[in-house]
Amino acid sequence: MLVWLSLHAEPQLETLTPAHYLAFFGDRFHYSILWDTLLLGAKATLVCLVFGYPIAWICVRASARWQSVLVFLVVLPILTSVVVRTFAWIVILGRQGIVNQAALALGLVDEPVRLLFTEAGVVMVLAQVQMPLMVLPILAVLSRADPNLADASKALGAGEWRTFWRVTLPLSLPGVIAGSILTYAACVTAFVTQTLIGGARLIYMPLHIYSQAVGANNWPFAAAISVVFMLAVLVVVYALERAGRASRSYVHA
Amino acid sequence: MRSRAFDWESASLRAVFGALAAVAVVFLVAPSVIVILTSFTASYSLKFPPEGFSLRWYAELAEAYQMQRAAWNSLIVAFWTTAISVVLGTAGALGIARSRAVWARACEVLFMSPLILPALAFGFAALVYIHLLGLRPSIPLLVLGHVVVCVPFVLRTTLAALTQLDPGLLDASYSLGAGGWMTFRRVTLPLIGRGVGAGAFLCFMASFDNVPVSLFLADERTEVLPIHLWQQIETNLDVRTAAVSGLIVVATLALMVAAEKLAGLTRQLR
Repeated sequence: MLVWLSLHAEPQLETLTPAHYLAFFGDRFHYSILWDTLLLGAKATLVCLVFGYPIAWICVRASARWQSVLVFLVVLPILTSVVVRTFAWIVILGRQGIVNQAALALGLVDEPVRLLFTEAGVVMVLAQVQMPLMVLPILAVLSRADPNLADASKALGAGEWRTFWRVTLPLSLPGVIAGSILTYAACVTAFVTQTLIGGARLIYMPLHIYSQAVGANNWPFAAAISVVFMLAVLVVVYALERAGRASRSYVHA
Repeated sequence: MRSRAFDWESASLRAVFGALAAVAVVFLVAPSVIVILTSFTASYSLKFPPEGFSLRWYAELAEAYQMQRAAWNSLIVAFWTTAISVVLGTAGALGIARSRAVWARACEVLFMSPLILPALAFGFAALVYIHLLGLRPSIPLLVLGHVVVCVPFVLRTTLAALTQLDPGLLDASYSLGAGGWMTFRRVTLPLIGRGVGAGAFLCFMASFDNVPVSLFLADERTEVLPIHLWQQIETNLDVRTAAVSGLIVVATLALMVAAEKLAGLTRQLR
């Protein structure tokens, strides 16, 4: 529906032409933005996974009371306004922010480090902002997994680490993938975080679409890059979805 | 000997996971705490730790009329979005859950797609669309745009609640002579109420917080709070922003506690 809409918008404004698509792919600048955006999503998703999985893992093993508290803490950020959360990070990462103050006080650096307006900063903030989307699906899968399987593995002499890598993690793959899809989709399109933390120098697709549509008033081109962007995200999501299906059949086998 | 090695391994796994989770929880919670602390600063800069303690920035909010209007717009939009989404989402979930047909799956995917597809692209498409229809941005259109992006939240929690609903209960109600409407009101609705409630809550928060759609569908008259704050942060960082943020965080917390008590929010999300 959305694809149809943005495609449909063009012939109304001028004659139907593939020129905007050609322009997009003809210029390195444009597709380097697309590539950066897709890569940014992948990095942020990976960070979410590394930190989010342990939360879910601990949560399943905690008592019912602690479980509620943990889930509450995980959900809190996603319900707080994205603008507010991003703003908080500006306070933390800014030149006078906590990170810099601490680093200066400890003598780790001689002058404030630039953290805002860098890709590392954007990845970090995106990871925090979207982490709940990763934790909740993994939690759902882990709490359904049969604990006997892990016990069986241990009874057969496998250590805890081996049990985790060979039993628990593979069993939770569907959750990991569902979480990755949500996180990834949210990260690549997180306009507010990208613009506020990334600033004007780091351009990602959502900002590119916005500036073409509103700033340059070039609607047809903005529509074209929207479509390209959506298709690219769909391809990634579809690939993950296929991986998810494969992992599910593995779990049930 | 062997059991000691086993314990060490167990402890190391717990230590690694515990440490990662602890870092992650701090990482998740710290920003909200810091915003609240910073908003009580007495100085003009957003320094942490704040210099001195005062409520002056909260007092200044009372005079920030533009911000107040934006906040009011946001509340109105979020209220209507939630109301419409709950009706549409519940009806949609009922239809989808009852049918096993292919079109029902297709509808589910279609309604869920706003969760995956870039909302910004949708916002832009919506702008182009209403422009073609010759309409100007207005509150009702903004609500409509928000409904599209917010319906998935209601749909998802309601569908989850419906799959747990025992069809035998509906049959029992029918065989006892209750009509379709009465069964819905007295049996189905009370049983899925928590799912709908949790969905409504998520939907409200999502609408209140939405930037990508509002960005295109709101103009100066219909400016909403997140957009206003976003522009404030981009142009001049002042402490009033922190004060508003503090208010939003506290309000969110209060709503969450209420939702937890009423609808068992944390259970619905799993």
